[in-house]
Amino acid sequence: MSLDRAMAPWEGSTSRRDFLKTSGLFVLGFSGAGAVGVERWGFAGGAGEPAPYPDIDFLQLDSWLVVHEDGTVTFYVGKTDGGQGTGTATRQILCDELDVAYDRSELVMGRTDMTVDQGGSGGSDAIERDAMAARRVAAEARRVLLEMAAERFGVPVDGLAVSDGVVSVRADRSRTVDYGELVGGRRFDVALMGANVNATTGVASVKAVQDLRLVGQSIPRYDIPGKVDGSLEWAVDVKLPGMVHARNVRPPFAGAALVDVDESSVRDVPGLVRVVAERNYVAVVCEREEQAIEAAERLAVQWEKPASAPFPASDDLFVYMREAPPVGGGGRASTQVQGDPDAAMTSAATVVEAAYDVPFQGHTAIGPAHGLADPSDGQMTIYTNDMKPYSHRTGIAEFLGMPPEQVRVIWMDGPQLYGRTAADDAGFEAAYLAKELGRPVRMQWSREEETAWDTKGPAFAIDMRGGLDANGNVVALDYRARIANFAHVGYNQANTVLIAQLMGIRPERPSPGGGRGPDEMYHIPNRHQETRAVRFPLAFETPLRTGNLRDPNGPQTAFAGESFIDELAKAANADPIEFRLRLLRGSSQDDDAHRRARSIAVVEAAAAAYGGDPRPSPRALGSGRILTGRGIAYAYRARTTVATIAEVEVDRETGRVWVRRMVCGHDCGLVINPDGLESTVQGNLLHGISRTLYEEVRFDGERVTSVDWRTHPTLTHMDTPERIDVVIVNGDPNPGRPDLLPYGAGEPSHRTVPAAIANAIHDATGVRMRRLPLRPERVLPELKAAGV
Amino acid sequence: MSEITLRVNGEARTVDVDPATPLLYVLRNDLGLRGPRFGCGLSQCGTCTVLMNGNPVRSCSRPVSRAQSTEITTLEGLSGDGGLHPVQQAWIDEQVPQCGYCQNGQILTAAALLDDNPRPTDDEIRQGMDRVLCRCMTYYRIQAAVKRAAGVMADGELER
Repeated sequence: MSLDRAMAPWEGSTSRRDFLKTSGLFVLGFSGAGAVGVERWGFAGGAGEPAPYPDIDFLQLDSWLVVHEDGTVTFYVGKTDGGQGTGTATRQILCDELDVAYDRSELVMGRTDMTVDQGGSGGSDAIERDAMAARRVAAEARRVLLEMAAERFGVPVDGLAVSDGVVSVRADRSRTVDYGELVGGRRFDVALMGANVNATTGVASVKAVQDLRLVGQSIPRYDIPGKVDGSLEWAVDVKLPGMVHARNVRPPFAGAALVDVDESSVRDVPGLVRVVAERNYVAVVCEREEQAIEAAERLAVQWEKPASAPFPASDDLFVYMREAPPVGGGGRASTQVQGDPDAAMTSAATVVEAAYDVPFQGHTAIGPAHGLADPSDGQMTIYTNDMKPYSHRTGIAEFLGMPPEQVRVIWMDGPQLYGRTAADDAGFEAAYLAKELGRPVRMQWSREEETAWDTKGPAFAIDMRGGLDANGNVVALDYRARIANFAHVGYNQANTVLIAQLMGIRPERPSPGGGRGPDEMYHIPNRHQETRAVRFPLAFETPLRTGNLRDPNGPQTAFAGESFIDELAKAANADPIEFRLRLLRGSSQDDDAHRRARSIAVVEAAAAAYGGDPRPSPRALGSGRILTGRGIAYAYRARTTVATIAEVEVDRETGRVWVRRMVCGHDCGLVINPDGLESTVQGNLLHGISRTLYEEVRFDGERVTSVDWRTHPTLTHMDTPERIDVVIVNGDPNPGRPDLLPYGAGEPSHRTVPAAIANAIHDATGVRMRRLPLRPERVLPELKAAGV
Repeated sequence: MSEITLRVNGEARTVDVDPATPLLYVLRNDLGLRGPRFGCGLSQCGTCTVLMNGNPVRSCSRPVSRAQSTEITTLEGLSGDGGLHPVQQAWIDEQVPQCGYCQNGQILTAAALLDDNPRPTDDEIRQGMDRVLCRCMTYYRIQAAVKRAAGVMADGELER
């Protein structure tokens, strides 16, 4: 099994040099995709050595890639792939830059003992930022290889050509040498430069876009066959000798205090190993998994409710958020003012006001949190799907009081990340229990636990005002948001993960999550934009703890911003697309990413692909049971611009909304893998539909009551659009420039979906939905009230 | 604990477990299979699906004692010959999975659907697949892959 090899370094059985000589790339292969059995040099220490897992030095070329004797190449990046194909795309870029064939390469991701610390995943920057650092290293490796060949042949570098890892002399093509012969099995020993890992570079330049051959091809993802035939080894699959199974027992009420644990209640559960209770953290450990489930169900625990309600009920949430005093200065609460919005609003011919509400939404991963920790020989190894394995390592080391050099984290495939595994509680819990017991412990959360206690995307209550002049031009825009984002858990912090909170370990002050207004390039001369956090009585040990949920804050802010633009367009009696284009063209100023020009390009591309004639919205009300409408929303995220058009059917008898068609104009710069990009955008759009139509965390004054797929519903096959068109756009003013860069695609299109759907419902029915989610029971009364 | 014999992917396998143990844990922890995975334990999501006599069953909620004397097929044994079932091939051709965690249930449910109804309409595909959840929302590609597999399997029938 590949894991045997993965475990080898601290068992002292393999040195790096041995590896380079003996390991053929495809012998190792991807039999355990996440844990490729590749050893690295420099720490082939024996069991119990004080520092078995030193940091990998990003300033050494050898840390990023290895050329084997047979000319195959292994790349190492400190990222993880949540299933959006960033691994495949990264390999394409690196093979292209190094000039090796794609199928002569492999990629190791997210192992803290093998890959440089690039922070793991987050921010959809795997290609935009991290693959570009690795790309510069690959370019440097190619430069060094060509110099080696030049020396061997006595020919200057510009007299050489290279293709698929074979260097030849231009003047005499019979003289060739391949990369394996030049450096296979040996170190490059080349130092790199860069103030930090993101700036890593050699002296070589990267290729011009026009010279890239693999970039731009829809190479099939390497991880898919193993996910389809059952051969992939996931983090949930790892088994170690002596391993035991753990389950948590959570407080039944938010903020409850543990009074007593009656261990006799589980004494007769077969296989019981240990009941652990540390302040409010309670877990059971058993030999077998089903025994641990039974013990967790049967353990009699006495809890004391908190003296006062930890939070308002979800039915009262938005009133609470608007009335509660905002958290005082500091944090990331922000106010931006441009022009003189008060004066402009006062002198406006028309003023429009609207309030929008978005509830807490869960990550609700398809597989609950899990982790396996191995404490053997004084070290700690965690097998996990944590998307940020480096902070998982340092966080766990700090939590356990171990030197980081004795801790390693091995990322393996798992259920979707989307921010949930940026603060992966289960790995901390497994490691804690493993250290306590001295045995490998596998922690697995239940569905109820995951849905109730996972990190939540924050609720938003947003008030908007807009002023139009007599010609329908927007002269002022006022955005004021309250966000229930007071105790953001951050990334694997030793004092904010759930086990730490329950044990009473916490920061001095909770850390509010960030927030700013919608990201758009509209020319509106006078603006006021303000975001303030509000807090609940219970800041810690709460199931309403917030974390980054795919495109944090984007869907919420764009729901308000882009719904409101349609409300202004209606007041101006304008077509919503033309209205947006007018706002985008109101100024000729642009930024260094050409976001304004590229915004216009995606709006125009989406409109052209969707078709239809311009007209104000809503359309004339239809007479049948099914009402059809179209809606657009536009946004940018970082340097990617997106415009999405949704076409919906609204059933006026049931209130059910079906998004029949979606068109997405998408400009993320240089496209590495078009099919992978399209798949990623499709996922963003459908996930967006799910959050728009269904997802809401419900709670009473004591606990979260959304605990499974019935109480926190999700999109299903029945809801899937009939047609999705992803229109890939290159709206750069100089589209053929050789230094065109790729920008992130894992999140931007997600944020356009709620407003596009709400705008389409309004187009179909004339009814403006301002509170998510748009479940039938919320839509139907609005239709009835409007006489639809 | 008691000895229980199962037929899994064409082979008899005997385990010594509590008969009330959900089949899922026996398949994963005693027989080392990776296809069926834990998603909810409530029969709501379909991630743990196996075929029993060709019908999709949620193994998280089926006691192992009630899995005897049936033919259990997991993702690993779907093709029966160590290769790929046409549904699996269609999943690769359409590049369906993202994280892939739920795809075991999607693929097995699709295979059973096509076994039952080789030429499903779009609506029949939606309805037949509806109770299998995917949080990466790969539904659009799944439905395309089911259609592709139906076409491939129908062509195969014609050739025979």
